[in-house]
Amino acid sequence: MIAHFVSQFPILVVVVPLLTMPLVVLAHRAFAAWALYLACTWAVFAMACALFARVATHGPIDYAVGGWAPPFGIELVIDSFNAVVLLLVAGMAAINSIYARASLAREIEPERLYLVYALMLACLAGLIGITVTGDAFNLFVFLEISSLSSYALIAMGPKRRALLSSFQYLIMGTVGGTFLLIGVGLAYMMTGTLNMADLATRLPAVFDTRTCQAALAFIVVGLSLKAALFPAHIWLPNAYTYAPSSVTAFIAATSTKVAVYALIRFVFTVFGASYAFEQLPLNQVLLGLSAIAMIAASLAAIFQTDVKRLLAWSSVAQMGYIVTGFALASTAGLSASLVHIVNHGLIKGALFMAVGAMAWRTRTTSINDLAGLGRTMPFTSAAFVVGGLSLIGVPATAGFISKWALLSAILAAGHYLIAALVLIASLLAVIYVGKVVEALYFRPRDAEASNHDAGEAPLAMQIATWALIALNVAIGLHASPELTATGRAAHALIGGGA
Amino acid sequence: MSGAWLIALVAWPGVMSLAIGAAGRWPNLREAVSVITGLVLLAGAILLIGPIAAGERPSVTLFSILPGLDFTFTLEPLGLVFALVAATLWPLTTFYAAGYMRGNREGHQTRFFICFALAISAAIGIALAGNLLTLFLFYEMMTLVTYPLVTHHGDAESRVSGRIYLGVLLTTSIGLFLPAIVITWMLAGTLTFTHGGILANTGLGPKGAMALYALFVFGIGKAAVMPMHRWLPSAMVAPTPVSALLHAVAVVKAGVFSVLKITVYIFGLDYAFKTGASEPFLWLASITIILASVIAIYCDNLKKRLAYSTIGQLSYIVLGSALATKLGAVSGSLHIVTHAFGKITLFFCAGAIYTATHRKYVSQLNGMGRAMPLTFAAFTIAALSLIGLPPMGGAWSKWYLMSGSAGVEEYALLGVLALSSLLNIVYLLDIPARAFFLRGDNNVPTAIREAPAACVVPLCLTAAGCIALFFAAHPIIDFVSSALGEGA
Repeated sequence: MIAHFVSQFPILVVVVPLLTMPLVVLAHRAFAAWALYLACTWAVFAMACALFARVATHGPIDYAVGGWAPPFGIELVIDSFNAVVLLLVAGMAAINSIYARASLAREIEPERLYLVYALMLACLAGLIGITVTGDAFNLFVFLEISSLSSYALIAMGPKRRALLSSFQYLIMGTVGGTFLLIGVGLAYMMTGTLNMADLATRLPAVFDTRTCQAALAFIVVGLSLKAALFPAHIWLPNAYTYAPSSVTAFIAATSTKVAVYALIRFVFTVFGASYAFEQLPLNQVLLGLSAIAMIAASLAAIFQTDVKRLLAWSSVAQMGYIVTGFALASTAGLSASLVHIVNHGLIKGALFMAVGAMAWRTRTTSINDLAGLGRTMPFTSAAFVVGGLSLIGVPATAGFISKWALLSAILAAGHYLIAALVLIASLLAVIYVGKVVEALYFRPRDAEASNHDAGEAPLAMQIATWALIALNVAIGLHASPELTATGRAAHALIGGGA
Repeated sequence: MSGAWLIALVAWPGVMSLAIGAAGRWPNLREAVSVITGLVLLAGAILLIGPIAAGERPSVTLFSILPGLDFTFTLEPLGLVFALVAATLWPLTTFYAAGYMRGNREGHQTRFFICFALAISAAIGIALAGNLLTLFLFYEMMTLVTYPLVTHHGDAESRVSGRIYLGVLLTTSIGLFLPAIVITWMLAGTLTFTHGGILANTGLGPKGAMALYALFVFGIGKAAVMPMHRWLPSAMVAPTPVSALLHAVAVVKAGVFSVLKITVYIFGLDYAFKTGASEPFLWLASITIILASVIAIYCDNLKKRLAYSTIGQLSYIVLGSALATKLGAVSGSLHIVTHAFGKITLFFCAGAIYTATHRKYVSQLNGMGRAMPLTFAAFTIAALSLIGLPPMGGAWSKWYLMSGSAGVEEYALLGVLALSSLLNIVYLLDIPARAFFLRGDNNVPTAIREAPAACVVPLCLTAAGCIALFFAAHPIIDFVSSALGEGA
């Protein structure tokens, strides 16, 4: 009985949030809605942990939805690669659920709160769906679920600019979604199948056709838009800046990461690295673009006056690291990519949470208005400092592990120029993180402001922030388990096994 | 000796920083905790001398940071010498700092003492690190925990200096040191400090070895080889105890100690000598020695003059490492000790002068020797030690450095060292000469007296240490030589 229940986990991680969503709407009261959201995210997290452990010990899980055998039915596949991504998404949602209540209560009127929780669950279901599905069309459906809910969530931000940002994202996201659909459609046209594993076996026969090349191109461009890969990043800074704090913390840590995961999945599993990187020059394109992203977006971050926007630009730069990793098309590079997908999720999640806690107190995220908070909000400011160090990649933080993995992969491939660019980008991070830290600690608090907003953020928000910070440090000191898992995942993907 | 002892040594100052923080409201208790913590640390380090001299190499691994790369402490003679220097001078500095900080009514004293303890923890961590990654971790920790000390005053000047401090140290360490470590890891497959080095059998040719050595030495910005030296004069905005312990001893010595350790245990003396990997640094260090000394002559700000003097003296140690001979390494580690005692005394004196008179410039010191005889006497002793005259400890390190240079037949280096001694005389002895032999200007208030006893006693002790080292140098040399074994 229990074993049967456990064997349904692959579908349950998607279905539970989807089914909790209407319950949240029915509950309507803010507290009840939050309680359901909390219970649901932690249940999903628990299932994700169980799945991760199972994949680690027993190998990949194939699950035929509704009992319809693939390739005719939809198949869910959890292997050592997406198990890691699944754990990240579910974990971030769980930690975010602790944080969200106090944070959202400050930014959104009470009678609309239940809608936010419902949408967050829809977004979670979508992201997890993308992660676990083994079906190309199904992936598009889940991508749209997560995107549509993201548009609505961003539009709920406390400032009116949120609407415009959401619209901007809607346009770009729809273009991205449509491109993906066109690409998948072309692949279907050539092979008559939508199952990823099946596609992988049938596509090589038609590799030489224009249609197949166009399919890959459409899919890569579409997913790059969702992943905010330079130059398709323009929606991201506004979206992150104007969304409610806890929404930003969740989306920044998961959404673009899942899109990159989908990109990796299509390139490595469906089309195969040799086709994308050897017959077509995709790696040259991606390496070039991500190099520009690292430098240009880091420079842009330096000149921002709003902390959320600064971190958003930094995210664009960090996507450059992730894409650089897998564009190397080596096991080490792919492993570095996955490491940074996880670590950057933890870093940005923590940083956006810290900024959200400051915004809770001051109702602003402009760097000038946060001056002097080091004194009045010592714990939150300290969390920002540690998170910032992790973003820079100082030893004993998760960011260092990413940098180490990425640098050794790049040097092993002999790309010395790119190695230098990665290092330059981390030095630029010193500047933009330092800018915020200087404001927090070295500038006096505005006397008028400090009268009514002295004190720390609510305990729950601090606990959630520090939980992520602690994870950053723990990974930084003892990264062997993480690197073992990502190494195995990369090996499975490059080795051709699903 | 068990490995747990090593963990305890590194963790002890860090853990006690919590106690220092908890005692923040009672300044006397707080300083007492600091001093006692320092003395216990010193006792702990002294207990290790016996076993290490007997050839024990205690080692402990806590966990693996990356697969195949552990968080490891291993104690060997070079590290113990550095740890002992830091542990000896810390309690003295704390004692001094108590007098200085109160005498000058500095704010944020609790934060100050906490960061101090953390910086010492980092220094001990560097001294005991068993591999390059562990060393790097503590190296960066040291940069970060000393940043609040440099920017202690929180004004615009310290903010700008703090930027230069972090900017140079982080840029060099992330931009050069880290890639050097990654490259070493990829070549050798290990980063463990190993007797005889780990690079010898990797097939790295002379040119590659030279480039890698350059990445390391320039990457270790704390060693302040020009042009990576700019952070050190900037750091002088910090309160004087910080300049004394951290920017004359712990931080800068962590830099040159790392260079020494990498030369001996990563490259290996034989390999470095054979490939000539370190040869360019004989000349880069020489240039730094001469240039820094010349700049020091023109610095009127006393602390800045001492900072440039430190830059020059650090390059003695880099030079000793770059000789890549046993004699060079021995002279380098001996100079770590003698320069530490000499320079901390000079900074203590500068701080005592500032506390008593609020004067920062050399040109203001005319005729003050009569009013502050102890301070200026100590200054003279320490200056003579740095110049390298007997009967001060500095004589030996210069002696061995010169014989090391002669040993590899680089006679031009002898000229550099001799010229540097002359320049040292010009910029260091200038100060006591003004104080004792020149007449003070008329607007000097007559009531100048010595600084508080808490300031004067430590500086007399460290000055006495400079003399004692002249007689105690040989045990140190034997101790260090035992680490390097047979060979060139």
